[in-house]
Amino acid sequence: MTVEILMAGFGGQGILFATKQIAKSAMVAGRQVTWIPSYGPEARGGTSNCSVIVSDEPIGSPIVTKPDILLALNLQSFDKFVPRIKPGGMLIYDSSLVRKPVGRDDIEAHAIPATQLASDHGIAGAANVIMLGRLIAITGLFDPEEFKSHLVEGIPDSRAQMRENNIKAFEIGYGYKE
Amino acid sequence: MAELVFGRPKSLSDVTLSYCPGCTHGIVHRLVAEAIDELGIEGKTIGIAPVGCSVFAYNFFECDMIQAPHGRAPAVATGVKRALPDRVVFTYQGDGDLAAIGTAETVHAAARGENITIIFINNAIYGMTGGQMAPTSLPGQVTTTSPYGRNPKIQGNPIRVCEMLATLDGVAYAERVAVDCPKNVLRAKKAILKAFKTQIEGKGLAIVEVLSSCPTQWGKSPAEALEWIRTAMMPYYPLGVYVDRTGGDAE
Amino acid sequence: MAKVLMKGNEAIAEAAIACGCRLYFGYPITPQTEVAEYMAKRMPKVGGLCLQAESEIAAINMVLGAAAAGARVMTSSSSPGIALKSEGISYIAGSDLPCLILNVQRGGPGLGGIQPAQSDYNLAVKSAGHGDAHMVVYAPSSIQEIVDLTAVAFDVGDKYRVPVMMLADGALGQMMEPVDLESLGERKPPEKPWATTGHGGLRKKNIINSLYIEPEELEEKVRARFERYAQIAEHEARWEEYKLGDAEICLVAYGITARICKTAVEMARRRGIKAGLFRPITLWPYPSRQLDEACRRAGVKRVLVAELNMGQMVDDVRLAINCRLPVAFHGRTGGVLPSPEELLGEIARLDAEIKEEKD
Repeated sequence: MTVEILMAGFGGQGILFATKQIAKSAMVAGRQVTWIPSYGPEARGGTSNCSVIVSDEPIGSPIVTKPDILLALNLQSFDKFVPRIKPGGMLIYDSSLVRKPVGRDDIEAHAIPATQLASDHGIAGAANVIMLGRLIAITGLFDPEEFKSHLVEGIPDSRAQMRENNIKAFEIGYGYKE
Repeated sequence: MAELVFGRPKSLSDVTLSYCPGCTHGIVHRLVAEAIDELGIEGKTIGIAPVGCSVFAYNFFECDMIQAPHGRAPAVATGVKRALPDRVVFTYQGDGDLAAIGTAETVHAAARGENITIIFINNAIYGMTGGQMAPTSLPGQVTTTSPYGRNPKIQGNPIRVCEMLATLDGVAYAERVAVDCPKNVLRAKKAILKAFKTQIEGKGLAIVEVLSSCPTQWGKSPAEALEWIRTAMMPYYPLGVYVDRTGGDAE
Repeated sequence: MAKVLMKGNEAIAEAAIACGCRLYFGYPITPQTEVAEYMAKRMPKVGGLCLQAESEIAAINMVLGAAAAGARVMTSSSSPGIALKSEGISYIAGSDLPCLILNVQRGGPGLGGIQPAQSDYNLAVKSAGHGDAHMVVYAPSSIQEIVDLTAVAFDVGDKYRVPVMMLADGALGQMMEPVDLESLGERKPPEKPWATTGHGGLRKKNIINSLYIEPEELEEKVRARFERYAQIAEHEARWEEYKLGDAEICLVAYGITARICKTAVEMARRRGIKAGLFRPITLWPYPSRQLDEACRRAGVKRVLVAELNMGQMVDDVRLAINCRLPVAFHGRTGGVLPSPEELLGEIARLDAEIKEEKD
């Protein structure tokens, strides 16, 4: 099985961090995985997107042009990438930043007000991890407990608060009821 | 009892130099070899030859030698020195090599304060290719590519290398000398010796610019050529120390 | 065997350090700047040096100097920067010096773009600067292979005293995959008695030089170097064959494109089309004989070359099989990667041609 994931949003929303967590979990689970960000002036211009492919077979191109799953964290990436989702694919988007109809009935769409939830819980900036929690809850792509352990891995003691915030954010997303 | 009072420096190879009659490259080669001998550093010295008349310098010094691409000697020297910081590394470059095609390499090696020694031969002309205009050719100077005389409005102005490099903090020592007469040759020897000592003491980049003659391409006799150094070059390129950040210890 | 996630640009830097490389000279250019950034962080911790040069030209000449001094040394750049380095590469080849040069290719010509391309094939393989000379050119197609080939590249460079190029592209430079670096172990460069390290009064002076003013002497030098090249061609060619056993259609691709071709081969096989892939791992020496033999062995009827350019390696493929078979070409350029589907379309078209012949 191959899952092609695209995550897109503003620079600073933690797109790279979040997608690396998916890649790390896939690696630890012994699956094939590639991760590649958009780079260059595009990345400097304030938007950021990143491709992750998880598979049981050797992966060809690492660049996701037609995602199975799109995680959209702002309106620009919603507008740009929703039309590219494969028929039968999935969209998870931040409904606190994207307030418009999905406009496709051949995909499975999930809305979560991630940015709003993050700020409500005093963990502004953790919308990316809330989205991850939602992704894992919906897809069952990885074991949630293992995923959480990767989320705090490598965060130094000097930023212990970030570990707690990540776990909290993941659980908010994981337990969210639409 | 016979006493040897004058001989070939040990660091100068026992071969016939490839320079024209009356050319002062030979004098400067000798001064460099004498300095290496006096400091006893032949075994730990690596020299970098340029492209130009002194392209064969790798055949003329007895230390290990590298022949560099045109203008890139300071970058090559950087690579050697960074790989082998306890060795002594010098470049020997002409004006086209150092101040035209290799300006960037020269300026940035100087800015970095690379701990190397640069021997810079300024004879205001491209010798090897047959007398073309150099970055240091004087206003009005006739060359094969400035046949009506160098016109600063068309061909631009000459570069005063020592003055320019002296503005850079990485340059520990910059002096312009000449080899037109015995007195100046002795002064040049002292400067070259100091430029090597500056490196050995780890003080930064040292450059000695030597005003040299090119009788062949200037179309002058050797004696006239030496006179031209004094009358035409020195007024534009005054001799002297342009910067000395060695603290005097290296003297 | 612990795997870590690493970008290609970082993996080659770490692999080079494991191979005993302690000097890196470079200049920033997208999409390979992470190499310099990684080196700047790591080199001081292992007693090495990362120096940002004033230009690509200076960087390659610093490499020349360090290589002449006997050091394991590398530089990296992307297409426009590699063009600037080509002068130095020619001198390095002409001076018989080993070094590693990484090209993380981007689209061209001119400033071109910054997305993945393979349009420097000819630059790498045919014309490493002026004059009669070659680099050994490796074309990895995964991050693990970048790591493994880095070790091979340094060893081959030192053994034959030749510059070696790692020919990657923006995708390989920027992407992360799990890699095992521990398998490299600690490696040491060999002794280099020819290096200009200062003779210490213990030997005759060494000269590193590419100038031979007597034509006969230069010819002799070049011929001797080409004898070494023949040895390299004999012993160092690398390639991978994938599902070629019974293939009627042989795809030929390297680097990132070969990965996409593998996916296309899989798709074709599921449709009952007998397709396979020949992947050159060394682009110079080109595994010509091996490609020809693989095609003969399998009874291949059509060859399909895929590249991220307008057709560069395709000439070497035609030469390898002596134009014995029809060779089709599918190229994308400007930074665009082909999709497996479009390659499958090409494969299906060739399959239809073969079937028509059979009827």
